[in-house]
Amino acid sequence: MLEVQNLCLNLNGKPIINDLSLHVNKGEIHGVLGKNGTGKTTLAYLIMGVNNYIPSAGKMIFEGKDMIGLSVSQRAKKGISLAWQEPARIEGLSVRDYLMLSGNALGVKQVEDYLSVVGLEPATYLDRDIDNTLSGGERKRIEMASILAMRPKLAILDEPDSGIDILALPSLLDAIRGMNRQGSSVLLITHNEQVAETAHRVSVLCAGRILKTGEPGQMNLWFKENCQPCAHVNEPEKEGDKG
Amino acid sequence: MINFSIEKEYQGMVEAYEKAGGDRDALLGTGMARLVIHENRVLDKGAVEGIKIETRETETGVDVNLTVEEGAKIPHPVHLCFGILPQEGLQEIIMKVKARDNSEVSVVAHCIFPNAFKVIHKMDADIEIGKNAKFDYRETHYHGDYGDIEVIPKAKVKVGKDGVYQSSMTISQGHVGKLDYDFEVFCQEEAVAELVVKAYGKGVDDIKVWEKIHLDGAGARGLAKSRLVLSDKTRAEVKGETYGNAPYARGHVDCIELVNGTEAVATAIPIVSVTNDKAKVTHEAAIGSIDKKQVETLMARGLDESEAVDVIVKGILK
Repeated sequence: MLEVQNLCLNLNGKPIINDLSLHVNKGEIHGVLGKNGTGKTTLAYLIMGVNNYIPSAGKMIFEGKDMIGLSVSQRAKKGISLAWQEPARIEGLSVRDYLMLSGNALGVKQVEDYLSVVGLEPATYLDRDIDNTLSGGERKRIEMASILAMRPKLAILDEPDSGIDILALPSLLDAIRGMNRQGSSVLLITHNEQVAETAHRVSVLCAGRILKTGEPGQMNLWFKENCQPCAHVNEPEKEGDKG
Repeated sequence: MINFSIEKEYQGMVEAYEKAGGDRDALLGTGMARLVIHENRVLDKGAVEGIKIETRETETGVDVNLTVEEGAKIPHPVHLCFGILPQEGLQEIIMKVKARDNSEVSVVAHCIFPNAFKVIHKMDADIEIGKNAKFDYRETHYHGDYGDIEVIPKAKVKVGKDGVYQSSMTISQGHVGKLDYDFEVFCQEEAVAELVVKAYGKGVDDIKVWEKIHLDGAGARGLAKSRLVLSDKTRAEVKGETYGNAPYARGHVDCIELVNGTEAVATAIPIVSVTNDKAKVTHEAAIGSIDKKQVETLMARGLDESEAVDVIVKGILK
């Protein structure tokens, strides 16, 4: 479904994404596991086309067509969407309206159901605005509900667990699985091994490059043994050096 | 009762009122207080128990006395409709409002100038809110797409002990034209005042907003809030002034101006002053472009950029 080939992005002369290649299959939850500063969010932004990031080299093929040069809207209309790590607050836009504009011809009942899936009581939240009166965790869960409502072909979830309390984590993981069950492939970006366990496959990202891809348990172990003790973030070691 | 000679004029106003978002039934039905003024003619007037509306037509407008009786709690909003349907005209409304002690009322006003080419609409208001009275005034303008209109609302407001005065003015449909808004509120002990102005400037609109709140009584509270979105060659200047003159007075000036494009010019001048060491007055003023992340968030849900900006602007002006 998504084929990222030899993608590069330099910011201020520094390689942030460095010859990155990644393949996400249709129907797959694909985890990207990496420490802070390894380029996870930058990768999400590049695929979605936001933040004025334009790759200096490489291709991003989605359903057989290169997406480079397409606007954010065009990518969204082709079936890609992004749940932001720190979602924007929009004054005067209600939760109800946000979810309705995310979904195509959604009914009120469906909107309520999606809020319930992410652990929010519809009666309490539907008429609230997605502004700074919501906590970070509440806003994150609404972001997840909006992705559920949109039903994209590919959902990019950028650290969906950050800011979520430990009691709410199970409902969040259920939402990710539910998203996948209703037909969305998921690119799940995280540094949390428990969240990565939700994926079918996991790729380990280090200094802007995918080092390894495999089964979540194995990749979590490899990440723990190799990446967590490792201090470097800016220049990837050669893959052979990492074992 | 509407007489035959003004029936057509009245129908025109009602239709324009409805197009501007007003509730047609509120003007046509019974049981709600209302006042419909076209140019300098009073087309319809209706009061309910607890409210007295007196009018006097002048050469250029109408003098209005609106009184809410002591202790009266008016269950339904009072609907006001002011407007000029032709392309040219002058309308001067001199308004005196008395909300007597312990009364409670909300007023919904629609000001309609759908065809304005050379129209001037002035309102000069003298408003007295009694002790423990609540007066909520929400005014929405509909100006059409030509923009050659001058709107000059000015008000002096006195809010008695424990009284509440809330006022909002919104001009988001059609061109603003030239707006010169000047409201000044004086709050006594534990009184509350809230002034809100929202406008969407386009073309060569020229917007001046001056909100002044004097917190003269102990524990008085005030908020001067403005939300402006400016596109094309619009110019806007917002002055928000709050004076904390008594112990435990609390005031805040909150101004956001968003500039959409490269030619609009926004200025914000917050003035906060405290003359009592137990008073506290704060301000925040932000001028900037429409937040790119907000736009991209909505674009990532499939909206085009212009649709995303529209959703954001509507939210700010809601």
